[in-house]
Amino acid sequence: MTPKTKKNLTPGGKRLLRLKVNGEIREVATETNKTLLEVLREDLGLTGTKHGCELGECGTCAVLIDGTPVLSCLALGVESEGSEITTVEGLIQGGRPHRLQRAFADLGATQCGYCIPGILLTAKALLDKNPHPSRDEIRQALSGNLCRCTGYTKILQAVELAARS
Amino acid sequence: MKTKSFSVIGKALPKIDAMAKCAGETIFADDLYLPRMLYAKLLRSPHPHARVLGIRAERALALDGVYAVITGKDLPEKFGIMPSTQDEEALAVDKVRYAGDPVAAVAAATESLAERALGAIDVEYKVLQPILSIEEALASTAESQRIHAWNRRANIQKVVSLEFGDVGDAFAQSDHVFEGTFFYQGNTHLPMEQYCAVGFYGPDDKLTVWSSTQTPHYLHRALAKVLGISASRIRVIATPVGGGFGGKSDPFSHEICVAKLSMIARRPVKITLTREESFYVHRGRHPVKMWVKTGVKEDGTLAAMQFKTFLDGGGYSSYGLATVYYTGALQTVTYQLPAYKFDGVRVFTNKPPCGPKRGHGTPQPRFAMEIQLDEIAEKLGIDPIDLRLKQLVEPDTVTVNGLRVSTTGLRECCERVAERAEWKKKFRHLPFGHGVGFAASAYISGAGLPIYWNDMPHSGVQIKLDRSGGVTVFCGSIDIGQGSDSILAYAVAEEFGINPADIRVVTADTDLTPVDLGSYSSRVTVMTGNAALQACGKLKPMLLEVAGEALEIPAHDLEFADGKIRSASLPERGIAFADCVQKAEGKFGTLGATGSYWPPKNPRDFKGSGVGPTPAYSYSTSIVELHCDGATGQIKIDKVWIAHDCGRAFNPLLVEGQTEGSVYMALGEALMEEQIFRKNGLHKIPSILEYKSPTTLETPEIETILVETNDPEGPFGAKEAGQGPLLPVVPAVANAVYDAIGVRIHDVPITPDKILRALEGRLKPVSIPEFQFPPPIKWQPGEGVEVAQKS
Repeated sequence: MTPKTKKNLTPGGKRLLRLKVNGEIREVATETNKTLLEVLREDLGLTGTKHGCELGECGTCAVLIDGTPVLSCLALGVESEGSEITTVEGLIQGGRPHRLQRAFADLGATQCGYCIPGILLTAKALLDKNPHPSRDEIRQALSGNLCRCTGYTKILQAVELAARS
Repeated sequence: MKTKSFSVIGKALPKIDAMAKCAGETIFADDLYLPRMLYAKLLRSPHPHARVLGIRAERALALDGVYAVITGKDLPEKFGIMPSTQDEEALAVDKVRYAGDPVAAVAAATESLAERALGAIDVEYKVLQPILSIEEALASTAESQRIHAWNRRANIQKVVSLEFGDVGDAFAQSDHVFEGTFFYQGNTHLPMEQYCAVGFYGPDDKLTVWSSTQTPHYLHRALAKVLGISASRIRVIATPVGGGFGGKSDPFSHEICVAKLSMIARRPVKITLTREESFYVHRGRHPVKMWVKTGVKEDGTLAAMQFKTFLDGGGYSSYGLATVYYTGALQTVTYQLPAYKFDGVRVFTNKPPCGPKRGHGTPQPRFAMEIQLDEIAEKLGIDPIDLRLKQLVEPDTVTVNGLRVSTTGLRECCERVAERAEWKKKFRHLPFGHGVGFAASAYISGAGLPIYWNDMPHSGVQIKLDRSGGVTVFCGSIDIGQGSDSILAYAVAEEFGINPADIRVVTADTDLTPVDLGSYSSRVTVMTGNAALQACGKLKPMLLEVAGEALEIPAHDLEFADGKIRSASLPERGIAFADCVQKAEGKFGTLGATGSYWPPKNPRDFKGSGVGPTPAYSYSTSIVELHCDGATGQIKIDKVWIAHDCGRAFNPLLVEGQTEGSVYMALGEALMEEQIFRKNGLHKIPSILEYKSPTTLETPEIETILVETNDPEGPFGAKEAGQGPLLPVVPAVANAVYDAIGVRIHDVPITPDKILRALEGRLKPVSIPEFQFPPPIKWQPGEGVEVAQKS
C-alpha cells in the first residue's frame, strides 16, 4: 500500500521524524509513507505493538495517541509528530506494571497474548476516561479488538478487576 | 507420595509467561530482526486450477536489491504432514490447485521491493476447469479432470467404510428409525498472529528456521526432506504462537521457501504472510455433508447408528486422511451403541486445503448426531437430557468400535449443566422466540498414534537441577497460548515442592529440547506432563537419599514441600531444596534426568484403527439459551453453560480459559463464520472485516463448570481441555433455535436468512451426493470387554 497523502511528501522519500513515544523523544530518518505501526516496530524497535491485518480491521495494533486509541496501521508516522504516543512498552512505569497488566496476568486474560497489547491500551483509555465502567461499557470499548483465544470473558473480568484496584 | 494434597496443581496461578505477554516482551516470529535480514514474498496463482507452462524470473532477479528468486524447479520434492499422502510442493512444479497456490518466491532487501519483484515474474498458465464442490469432485471421474495424479480414483482422496456389529440387524429390530441430512460449512482459524517464518543458512552450513508453528518436529522432518539437508544440520525453533487452533500444524510453503532463499542469498530471510494470504493457507474446518440414520427402541435406547460423511478437502491432502476417519470415530464414546456403521469420503476440490481446526473432524458429526438425538427425544416425548442419561458409556469399558474409555464425567456434566441452567424450568416452557438447547460430546486427550510410524516416545522431557536450586525443564512442546510451558513448570514444581517461579522452561527448539510431537490433538498436558513426572521420578531418589543422610530421617518420612525436603511428621526438620541439590551433586555428579511418554497400546488392529484411541477421553455438555427474532431471523445468545470433564484441572484458570475460548469459537462457527468461494473459485471474503467472527458484543456470558474425574492415565489425573468444549455448543445452538421458534436448521452457520427460509418453509433439506461406498471392513466388537485400570 502506498498511501497518497499530503502533497509535499514523496512516497518512499525519507524524512527525519521526531516522535514522542512513551515519554521519550525519539528521532529517526524514515520513509514518509510508513505507517506508525511500521515506524514503531521497524525503526524504533518497539515490537510490543503487534499487527493482525494492517487494514484497520482487528484492533491488534492499537496504540494511544494523546490518550486516545488509534490503529497504528492506519496512521502514518509523519502524522504522529507532536503527539504523545503510548505503546504497551510504556505501560510499565518505574518498573511497576500497570494495574491492567497485573489484572490480566492474574486472571488468565492472556492466552497467546498477541492481541493483548492493543487491548490493554484500549482498556487504559477507557479507564482513564471512565474509571468505573459497566460491563457493557467495557464490551463497547473493546468491540474493535478481536481476540480468538479467550472468548473475551477473562478480559472483561480483568478490566473490571483493574477498575476496582 | 503426593496424592493427599497439592501445593501447585489445582491452584489458580498466573501463567509463567503472563507478565511478559502483558508487557509486550514476548518475541513472536515477526518480532525477530536479524542483522542483514532480507524479506521474502510469495507469488500466488490467480487461478484455482491451471497448468504452469513456464515461469520467467529474469526481470525480477535483475532488480536492484533482489537477492534470490525461486520457483517449483528449485524445490521439486513433495511433502505433506501425513507420510502416505505427501502431495504438496513448496512452489507449484507444473500445476496450481487453488487460487492462492504459491508459484514463486523472492527475497529482497525490503518487503516492498520483494512485492515489486513479484510483479516482474512472468508466469504462463493454461487455465483448467476448476472443481469447486463435493458433487463436482465425485462426478469428475475422467482422467483429464484429475486435480492430482497420485490418488487411485480421480478426485477422491480417501474412502473409508467400517462396520462394527451388525447394523442391518439392529435397524430391523429398532422400534423407530430416524434419518437426516446435515451440512457443516467450512471455516478458518483466523489466529490474530499472521503466519511468519525466518530462515538462516549460516556459514557453518547449518540451517535455522524460526517459525510460528504448532509442530516444530514435523517441520524439522519436512525441511530435511524437501531441502535435501541432513536433519542433524537443521534447527527449528518454534516461536511463541500467536494463536493456532490447528492452523499452524502443517509444514508450509513459506517455511520451506525462506530456508531455500537463505541457502541462496546466505543471509537471514523473513516472511510474514498478509491476512489475505492466511485465508489461502487455511487448513481449516472441512465443509462436510452428512447423512445420519439412528435406530432406537420405544424407550429411547439406541440400537444402531449409521453415518455417511462427505468431506470437501480442498486442493491438497494435509491431515485429510485422519480427518475423514475422525468424522466417524468418536460418535461411539458418549452413549452406548451396540451397532455402528461409518462411511466417509474426502474429495479434492480447487480451493485452499482443509485440515485440522479445533476438534479436528469431530464437530461436524457431533453437530449432526446431537441434533438427531434432540429430534428423537422430541418424537418419543422424552427429555433430551434424560434420553442421554439412560445410556451413557460407562467408565472402564470398550466401545463398539474398540475404543477404550477409562474415566467419564459425562453423567455429572449432564446433571450439573442442567441444574445450573435451570433446564427443567426452561426447556419447552419459554415463550416463542426464546429457547434453550442441550448437547453433549467427547474428545481425545492426544492421539494414540504418532503421525509417522515409529516406536519412539511421543513426548520427551529433560530436567536439569542447578546448584542455585533453580530447575530447568527442556521439552519440545510449543506454547500456543494454551499454557503448555506453564504446565511443565507446575508439574515439576509440584513434584519438587518448589515455587513454579523458580523453574525455567526451555521449549520448542530442536537443538536443545527432546522431541514432543507438537501442540495438536489436545495431547500436550497429558503427554508432556507424564514425561515430566517420569524425569522428576528419576531425580527424587537422589535428593531423598542425601536429605535423609543429612537430616537422619528415613526416606519414607520425607516429603518435598515449601522449597524444602523435610520430615512429613516433623515439618520443622528439613533441608532447603538448593542445599539438597548441592549435596546430591557432590555425591552423584551433575544432576539431570530425562522422562518419556508413550500412550497406551492401541487394542484394535483393523485398518483405520489408529484414529480414535487416546490415553483418556474428555467429556463436555452445554446448554445454550438464546433469543431468536422470528421477523428478522436474528439470533442473540443470552448465555452459555458449559460443563467439562477435564480429569483434574491442572490450573482451573487455564482450563476455564480453554473452555471459554472453545465456546466463543463454537458460537462463531454456529452463527457466522464461513470460508466461502465465488463461482470462479476465488475466496469470497478473505479479510477480517468480511469474514465475520464474534466480537465482545456478540460473545455472551459463559458459565464454566469443571467436572474432575482424576483419570489414572493423566498426570495428576488431568485430561484435555483445549478442544472438547467446542463440540457440544454448536448443536446446542441449533437445538435452542428449535426450542425458541420451532424450526430445525441442519446447516451451519445458522444465519438469519436460513431461519427466515425455514420459518417460511422454504429451507431445503441438505442434499447428499450420489456415491457408492465399497463394502465395509467388518469388526466384531468383544462382548462387554472389561479393561483393567492402569496400575
